[in-house]
Amino acid sequence: MLYSEKVMEHFTNPRNVGEMPDANGVGEVGNAKCGDIMRMYLKIEDGIIKDVSFKTFGCGAAIATSSMATELIKGKSIEDALKLTNSAVVEALEGLPPVKIHCSVLAEQAVKAALSDYYTRLGIDPVPIVGVISDCEDCH
Amino acid sequence: MGRFVYADNAATTRISDSVFQAMVPFLTEKYGNASSLYGLGRDSRRAIEAAREKTAKALGAEPREIYFTSCGSESDNWAIKSTALAMAQKGKKHIITTVFEHHAVLHTCQALERQGFEVTYLPVEPNGVVDIEKVKEAVRPDTALVTIMYANNEIGTIQPIPEIGALCQEKGVLFHTDAVQAVGAVPIDVKAQNIDLLSLSAHKFHGPKGIGALYIRKGLVIPNLVDGGGQERGRRAGTENNAYIVGLGTAIETACASIEEKNTRVSAMRDKLIAQLLQIPHTRLNGDPIKRLPGNVNISFEGVEGESLLLMLDSRGICGSSGSACTSGSLDPSHVLLALGLKHETAHGSLRLSLSGENTMEDVDYILEQLPPIVQRLRDMSPVWEKMMKEEQN
Repeated sequence: MLYSEKVMEHFTNPRNVGEMPDANGVGEVGNAKCGDIMRMYLKIEDGIIKDVSFKTFGCGAAIATSSMATELIKGKSIEDALKLTNSAVVEALEGLPPVKIHCSVLAEQAVKAALSDYYTRLGIDPVPIVGVISDCEDCH
Repeated sequence: MGRFVYADNAATTRISDSVFQAMVPFLTEKYGNASSLYGLGRDSRRAIEAAREKTAKALGAEPREIYFTSCGSESDNWAIKSTALAMAQKGKKHIITTVFEHHAVLHTCQALERQGFEVTYLPVEPNGVVDIEKVKEAVRPDTALVTIMYANNEIGTIQPIPEIGALCQEKGVLFHTDAVQAVGAVPIDVKAQNIDLLSLSAHKFHGPKGIGALYIRKGLVIPNLVDGGGQERGRRAGTENNAYIVGLGTAIETACASIEEKNTRVSAMRDKLIAQLLQIPHTRLNGDPIKRLPGNVNISFEGVEGESLLLMLDSRGICGSSGSACTSGSLDPSHVLLALGLKHETAHGSLRLSLSGENTMEDVDYILEQLPPIVQRLRDMSPVWEKMMKEEQN
């Protein structure tokens, strides 16, 4: 199994790592049993993702997809962030080995989970906007 | 360039210089088919028989009890499938093995189950050693074969082989052991240990890949796995791979000649690694600290995932392996670590470092310098670790 240079670069130097104490949207997906957990922190102001960070327990691809997902939504509107797909993450990373595609799905879900939390905190039902965050499919 | 430390000798080893030199003539001018009657063929034949003698001597066997195969997996398949077939004729269709065998044994046993054989998969104790009492209890009148590995490939635990051998002899059950990790690492005597069949593979002790052997106790007749020409006294067809057989012979002779001196040196390196790595909080040693291959270190770092750990070690020039799902190609972590009772998340964070006689204390010091900060870095970005720390504070 070979990782692209881009994956290795994001794994070695992940962007936006760490906790964000003043985040107003936090989402966590995956479970430790499967070996991948991603937590995404968002700071949203006026519908714009002002800041984003992550913490991930997982393989090289899990860390790289988390890192790439944060880069792809940073400074974007909520609408744009909601459009982030796993394939966009894969493409930006110049490909992922087939067995690692689920990591990109997890990254997409982590962003959506954080956005759900943002709406929930505002007292807004997130489901009509964000949809239902499915559990890590590969584990079932 | 930084330092390069190869600490994955349980995966494979470097072909030693003396083995390579011994092989070269048979890859170049001595290309004769060992079955040919002219001088070129006789040179191959003599070299093959000399290698067979060395192999036999290393195991306390007779040369005629050694059959060369293409690898350890072939040896395991041959031993288990053919013994099962032979014993089924006598109405014995029960096999005893353990849950933490190598897949070459486990999947072979599963294939036999699909063909109507019954297999008992014995559990292992939390220290990674099989309880002889459980083997005793599992033996039935229709038991055809007990197949238990000599030493585990992941956690390095050495099984009570002489006891199992004695038990099998007493009960009249055949005993096979996959000794792929053990040959060249611990002293083996197939006669004293009552072993009927033993698998080995050259590339685990500084020989080449693609060559193995099966010891079959004389008098024990099992069907062939590979039919064809009359090679290996009619029991394993295929033109002999003379160069690789010579490589195996040289490698096993070298490995077994220096076993005590090498083990003293290698186990000192192992013990230093284990002692120092266990200083890192929330780590555990997997497998018994004493009943363990001299070169095996297997440690779980909680809150860390193994593949990430390996990639970071690789970036520092250190080669190791892990039992995480990501490196096993499935979604489940190592079946060996789960068999010890480890939680999935702990198994995902395992690291195996396996040393050989070619490693040095400088290698160990370099690993000890590089590894702890890597573990810390991964824990710093791990939500699992964060939760653990918060729970600990409360």
